[in-house]
Amino acid sequence: MWLEVAWLNPLLAPLQYAFMQRSLAVAVMVGIICSVVGSYLMVQRLALLGDAISHSVLPGLAIAFLLGVNIFIGAFIAGVISTVIISWIHTRSPIKEDAAMGLVFSAFFALGITLITTIQRDNKIDLNHFLFGNILGVTPADVRDTAIIAALVLLTVALLYKELLFYSFDPLGAQASGLPVGWLNAGLMVLIALTVVASMKVVGVILVLSLLIAPGATAYLLVPRLHQVMAVGSGVGVLASVSGMYLSYYLNWPSGPAIVLVVSMLFALAFLFSPTHGVLTGPGSRVGHYLRTWLRRQ
Amino acid sequence: MAPLAKITVDHLSVRYREVQALRNINLTLRPGKLIGIFGPNGAGKSTLIKAMLGLMPVTTGQVTYGARPLAQQLEQVAYVPQRSQIDWTFPATVWDVVMMGRVKKTGWLHRFSTVSRRLAQQALGRVGMLEFRDRPIGALSGGQQQRVFLARALAQEATVFCFDEPFVGVDQKTEAVLFQIFRELAAAGKIVMVINHDLGESITNFDQLVLLNQELIAAGPREWVLTRDHMTRAYGGHIGFFGHVA
Repeated sequence: MWLEVAWLNPLLAPLQYAFMQRSLAVAVMVGIICSVVGSYLMVQRLALLGDAISHSVLPGLAIAFLLGVNIFIGAFIAGVISTVIISWIHTRSPIKEDAAMGLVFSAFFALGITLITTIQRDNKIDLNHFLFGNILGVTPADVRDTAIIAALVLLTVALLYKELLFYSFDPLGAQASGLPVGWLNAGLMVLIALTVVASMKVVGVILVLSLLIAPGATAYLLVPRLHQVMAVGSGVGVLASVSGMYLSYYLNWPSGPAIVLVVSMLFALAFLFSPTHGVLTGPGSRVGHYLRTWLRRQ
Repeated sequence: MAPLAKITVDHLSVRYREVQALRNINLTLRPGKLIGIFGPNGAGKSTLIKAMLGLMPVTTGQVTYGARPLAQQLEQVAYVPQRSQIDWTFPATVWDVVMMGRVKKTGWLHRFSTVSRRLAQQALGRVGMLEFRDRPIGALSGGQQQRVFLARALAQEATVFCFDEPFVGVDQKTEAVLFQIFRELAAAGKIVMVINHDLGESITNFDQLVLLNQELIAAGPREWVLTRDHMTRAYGGHIGFFGHVA
């Protein structure tokens, strides 16, 4: 019985270490919430906003560290402030939203880098870990905080699913039916900020956008309904973040880039081979036509 | 809401930054009639409906439905936006879209009831789209998509219906279905407003017309609104169509 699973050893052996168990737990949770929340970003064409919020959390993180407050809280506050400033610039001036995002997130990011570079001279804090992720350096407190955030995010999405679906598909129609779309939008921003904060340790703020967008985008090529996109996307996200963790363990790669490479490859597979939208296998493609006739003959 | 309440638009003005979009609109919309809102591009037709529903800020004026502001009774309103406002690649099926019409009535934290499902099913049947219920919304033709949105509006059990350019990009069959149901709704005592810009044959389907060009040019029975003078004021001197003009 034991011998039969010998091939699993490379996967199971590292898990005898407590730090690897913590990494696995965080990788699974982050893979799920990034995919669920990222699905909203994708369908609302708000990918750039995900990027903006993720870059904007840095100064909050640095200031919280200086004040001795939980860095998750500082990062979350900075992320929310950045979205408020973006929409303030966008509504109170002729500046378009994408330009407002570019302005705000680069300013926040610059401030964050400056603060952290200054702090890290005297303290044990490594800028690179926040930029590119350090999944193997997850502490028990990180696991607890990530679990709280993941529970909050998933519960909110589950409870507000029908309202958020209506709002993200047809905001005007939702508003005209009497839904408080301003609050729904604010709620989505908070979900995004929470998710980014929870993912900092795993992928880092620069690459978190990939884990937000790619799982949903991959699933979107495979299944037709939003809750299915979220479910399949979660599978893709978990697969990517867990593989990234092992690549990081065995090859000493930074965890963020490792995860992003895996998830990008999964997207590429769906892009080429999806039965419904695949470039090579979708309806209307020559390869797809041959494949289908061949399968029918079997 | 009393079944025969009317909508009163009182001194409504809207401006975006520097542009005056609507100027001092006064209007009464009664149930039982099919109301067409007409005017050239940029006349403020969509703005009028959005401002009436409180979807955009107004500079001055009130819109009441019965005794209270219309914007406070949106649960009575079914609104179908222009096709161009919708992302048709969104991952949702026909059924998902029709059920959106039941979200507000269902309420927070509740699941859709059997009644809601039955209403959605009936609405889809009424527009002839029941067999498409599991299709992705993006896999339909423009006319089919518009019928699904009509089904969503029907499932809402509203008393006020607003359609923004529902005939753009739809086939003949859909146009017939839409007019048929619009007339049935009006006959059932609903207030039915339809924004249109086609001055062709289909204009004869409307009982009442609202002719708009930033200000109200004319409103009332079709024969009364469609005069040469009104049309020239709305469309300038460049209008070629006068077939139905008295």
